[in-house]
Amino acid sequence: MSEGPNSNSRRNFLRSSLVLISTATLAGEAPALLGNPRAEEPHRFLNESERRFLLAAVDRLIPADERWPGAAEAGVVNYIELQMAGAWGRGEILYRHGPFRKGTPMQGYQLEYTPAELFRRSIHAINAHFTSQAKSFDQLPAEEKDAYLSTLEKGDIDLDGVPSNIFFDFLLQHTVEGFFSDPIYGGNKNKIAWRMIGFPGAYADYHDLIDKHGIEFHREPLSIADGPGYHSMISKTEGK
Amino acid sequence: MPQKLKEVDVVVIGVGFAGSILAKELAASGLTVVGLERGHGRHSVPDFQAPAIHDELKYSIRKGMMQDVTREAMTFRNHHREVALPMRQWEAFLPGTGLGGCGVHWNGQAWRYQEADFIYKTHIEQRYGKKILDPDLRIQDWGVTYQELEPYYDRFEHLLGVCGKAGNLNGKIEPGGNPLEAPRSREYPNPPMKEQYSGALFRKAALELGYHPFLQPSANTTRPYTNPEGMTLNPCAYCGFCERYGCEHFAKASPQTVILPVLMKNPNFELRTESQVLRINLDSTGKKATGVSYMDAQGREFEQPAGLVLLTAFALNDVRMLLLSGIGNPYDPTTETGVVGRNYAYQTQSYVPTFLGEDVHLNSYMAGGASGTVIDDFSVDNFDHSSLGFIGGCYVLCGSTGARPVEFHPTPPGTPRWGREWKDAVRRHYNHTAIFNLSGTSTAMRGNYLDLDPTYRDAWGLPLLRITFDFPDNDVRMSRFVTHKASEIARQMGAKIVVDSPRTGPFTTTSYQSTHNTGGAVIGADPSTSVVNRYCQSWDVPNVFVVGACNYPQNSSYNPTVTLGALIYWTADALKTRYLKRPGPLV
Repeated sequence: MSEGPNSNSRRNFLRSSLVLISTATLAGEAPALLGNPRAEEPHRFLNESERRFLLAAVDRLIPADERWPGAAEAGVVNYIELQMAGAWGRGEILYRHGPFRKGTPMQGYQLEYTPAELFRRSIHAINAHFTSQAKSFDQLPAEEKDAYLSTLEKGDIDLDGVPSNIFFDFLLQHTVEGFFSDPIYGGNKNKIAWRMIGFPGAYADYHDLIDKHGIEFHREPLSIADGPGYHSMISKTEGK
Repeated sequence: MPQKLKEVDVVVIGVGFAGSILAKELAASGLTVVGLERGHGRHSVPDFQAPAIHDELKYSIRKGMMQDVTREAMTFRNHHREVALPMRQWEAFLPGTGLGGCGVHWNGQAWRYQEADFIYKTHIEQRYGKKILDPDLRIQDWGVTYQELEPYYDRFEHLLGVCGKAGNLNGKIEPGGNPLEAPRSREYPNPPMKEQYSGALFRKAALELGYHPFLQPSANTTRPYTNPEGMTLNPCAYCGFCERYGCEHFAKASPQTVILPVLMKNPNFELRTESQVLRINLDSTGKKATGVSYMDAQGREFEQPAGLVLLTAFALNDVRMLLLSGIGNPYDPTTETGVVGRNYAYQTQSYVPTFLGEDVHLNSYMAGGASGTVIDDFSVDNFDHSSLGFIGGCYVLCGSTGARPVEFHPTPPGTPRWGREWKDAVRRHYNHTAIFNLSGTSTAMRGNYLDLDPTYRDAWGLPLLRITFDFPDNDVRMSRFVTHKASEIARQMGAKIVVDSPRTGPFTTTSYQSTHNTGGAVIGADPSTSVVNRYCQSWDVPNVFVVGACNYPQNSSYNPTVTLGALIYWTADALKTRYLKRPGPLV
């Protein structure tokens, strides 16, 4: 066992290694441009038609507005792709033994599909539906996209064995996860979702601030990827 | 062919708070002790260090510290007429795994139970008569009293360095504390945590309404503290990553920070991680345990003979191990015979989202796991139920354990689930919304129980635990009443929007409520209604002791850990001063 006797000394050391950061993109100011949402695609799971559907769908679930980018610009589809290509998508965090039976709503997810299988099967069914009408979901006007997503949400459609409300809830869950998770997972690019709400991220020492009630606290949010040295300098700065 | 190992005096199944404290006490008494832990070994350094530990997706969403559901799930149904199906992912509650158990990822909310909790049946019937009880409720006394446990509460609180202000010191009401708490013999080891802004607003409103607010007792340390074992804790940094996370600062009391290093230094103790216990072995009489069988990570099966077996895993897994080992008669809800699995209970949680408006900056990401301001006026039986038609109650807590945004992005009722309007609402309310947390009693009921599933199996081919549970009507009525009282406080705070959200049935596995699963191996004075006697000793196999929240005959309003700590030291004392001198039934 090696339990460190005193992490204060470690924290003090880190505090002394100050690093200057840019304060140009704090919450309350104009967000940084996020560039082309198609850049940095991981190409580890999605094919082009799947990606086109997802980019169009997440853009309606969390749309861009005059001030804040939406899920598509924030890289949420990249997040979904990486999740589906990883342990979660492969069903490695689910109990996967059968028999698989339809349960009550209180019994939760009971389909035999892994998350990746569920995504792929559902999106293929959706794309096939539009192809049969010589259309494509991503080409619809926004109102028609929203109307179709609402139909999925109600559960009125069978997506090749997946009730559409299960797929919709799953898509919405992953969109919110990707938007708000640490940028190391591929979404929340430039910590844009954290800037929008004012969450300071993975940074974590508020001992001297928690009882300064009601302060307006604007601070560059920090990602796990920003590293411990980057985290440490924060202790010297204060909220307004 | 299983390999038979050299006999030891004691084998401990599960090395969390209960396993590590009991092992430490018995190893220090000169006994040889083996601790079997199914999960990984893990330590504050390097396993819980920042920034990697502050990963909401890994730990909160994908449940990185929890029982490996791919190997060991549980099945669930609301009623015994239904077919139970596996919970394929953890949502409603989160059993831990790994060295330190749930003591690593808990929040550190450090409550004692009330005197009435331990004599619940006697107390309720004396105060209100039997008619207040719905016919299917099955409350009972513990067989051990608060007064007997008080010294052991005190000892556990000093091990953890619990932070708070006494409200009742030897019967004398103290200013600043909880005047409704059971009497304590001395002050808390450390002062309370800093108050959050939402808590300060709540305190003012609660006082205006005549209630008794105070800072929640906490095992997130508030100053440098060296416990009686010589372990030193540091002050909490209020990082906002506590529940579901390990603590990087050595501030949250966990087995790693308060006892394990002391235990590991004792040569009488041996820790074996990645060791999955398959069953407790019994001799031909079925009245004596001979040790345990377990499998290591390489798939090798071992038999570990031992004179004494301590079952100290998570509450639900303790009950499953008894059922898998054939210790005690399984409970049958139709005939109400048998005891193992009986009186399974939970925690009746409800919430009051309180939207304060964009000019109120709560900064709720500044939080300790047990931060919060709370009233105890509506807990357990702290108020008169004569005309209310239910028993039980809730504490009402206003505070935040962190505002991690995948989990926390409240929107007012009527907001769409997605789209521009949802996004605007999230932005407008994120830093300006407090959520009251009401933690309520869970009353044992005839039809709520645990047994082995007939269909679904774990990775070792053994039956999963089957949970049959729904909220008793009594608890739904209780939740409605207390949640309404809490909403009045929220309105007194000047909130723009208050969402009165009492708990309603049916119980669902699909949203997180509480990991306070209790009962199934309950303590008591009568072997026909309990699994263990007042010293947590199996009635059926006296060299097996079961120590966990599975011992609770029904659940109180409060978080269960500190009461479990009292039971742990109470049992350790009985083992050392009585059982070891004369092994056999203590009652």
